[in-house]
Amino acid sequence: MSVARKSSVPLSEGLAQIGACGIFLFQILRAIPRSLRHVRETVRQIFFVGGMSLIIIMTCGLFVGMVLGLQLYHTLSIFGGTAALGTVVALSLYRELGPVVTALLFAGRAGTSITAEIGLMRATDQLDAMEMMAVDPLAYVVAPRFLAGIIAMPLLACVFNALGILGAHLVGVSWLGLDNGTFWSNMTSNVDVWDDILNGVWKSTAFGAVITLIATFQGYTTPPTSEGVAYATTRTVVFSSIATLALDFVMTAFLM
Amino acid sequence: MAQRQSFQIGTGLFIVLGFAALGYLATQTSSLANYRAGDSYALKARFTNIGQLKLRAPVKVAGVRVGSVSAIQLEPDKLDALVTLAVDKRFDKIPDDSAAAVFTSGLLGDQYVALQPGGSPDMFKNGDEVVLTQSSMQLEELIGKYLVGGDAGKSGAKPDAKPDAKPEAIQQTDKK
Repeated sequence: MSVARKSSVPLSEGLAQIGACGIFLFQILRAIPRSLRHVRETVRQIFFVGGMSLIIIMTCGLFVGMVLGLQLYHTLSIFGGTAALGTVVALSLYRELGPVVTALLFAGRAGTSITAEIGLMRATDQLDAMEMMAVDPLAYVVAPRFLAGIIAMPLLACVFNALGILGAHLVGVSWLGLDNGTFWSNMTSNVDVWDDILNGVWKSTAFGAVITLIATFQGYTTPPTSEGVAYATTRTVVFSSIATLALDFVMTAFLM
Repeated sequence: MAQRQSFQIGTGLFIVLGFAALGYLATQTSSLANYRAGDSYALKARFTNIGQLKLRAPVKVAGVRVGSVSAIQLEPDKLDALVTLAVDKRFDKIPDDSAAAVFTSGLLGDQYVALQPGGSPDMFKNGDEVVLTQSSMQLEELIGKYLVGGDAGKSGAKPDAKPDAKPEAIQQTDKK
């Protein structure tokens, strides 16, 4: 249905989508108290959304840290400031790269699976069947996934950051021969818990909320066809990537 | 039931791992790692200029961290910076004629207080003052001196300008 209308009036269609998404957010928030009866379901979703993403997050964190270590070592050595490698890696990971890269990976790994799952429930009339049985799909299907995303994202970002630091340490200290003590003491004297680490935690929490909101919304409102589910999955990745980066700019401006 | 159990174990593992990572970041890679207060004793040192020395900056002997800067005040009458150093109790054998200096680690690094051991048989005790101090090297000042010193014609004019500029700077810090 939306394909034909979208080509004719894309602007109003886009505005309608944003509005519907906002209303959907309120519906989820209202459904959260009711979803607390299904704690088991939330726990299961945290495992699917978070636990199953651990391997990709850890691998990517390690490599991002190693690349940062190499690149920054090269750049800093031009200015004779390689002693600051630990600080620069830690600050750029905690404040920006950790939350953002984790969010982009999360959108690709968990967001798509949420959209596809809920979209197929819609396409196979499972959501309607739940309503027939007086089970609220918002409270039983959507809200647990939303909560799971909010809980899992900051934890994933922390794991990503930790592995990133280890990767940078591996490259900087073990490979390029930077002094171990300098690496850590420079980092510990310049990184602040509240300003830097919690800054990243807030960011990743917000990204988790936005990504799961977009993913559940796209899945919930998908046209009930296989083509519709495919489009919805694509839109989840595109929209949540854009939303993540735009929100990152806004949050950085406010949290500076 | 068995399947549900394994989900719960997996979720628990994931949450524990996530919080462990957060705890690791917070305690090992941030300034909290320097808070390891332990037992320490206080030394005081007066500097005419501390440069960019900050609270919690390290105190080092022979390049090894032995404590941190716990307070920086301006003495109202002498207009000196009074820096309180918290030195770890383990390092209680620092001769009481040791000198304190504000150094910079590397060209772009942070500033720290270096204690240069003297030869006195008596050791520092809690509350002692480090009498011999050396202020921080101001790179700008050195460059200024170098530029001025290199040109004999201008050296007469510049020193006049400098004493005017300095009290101003001190008054500014005093107001804060």
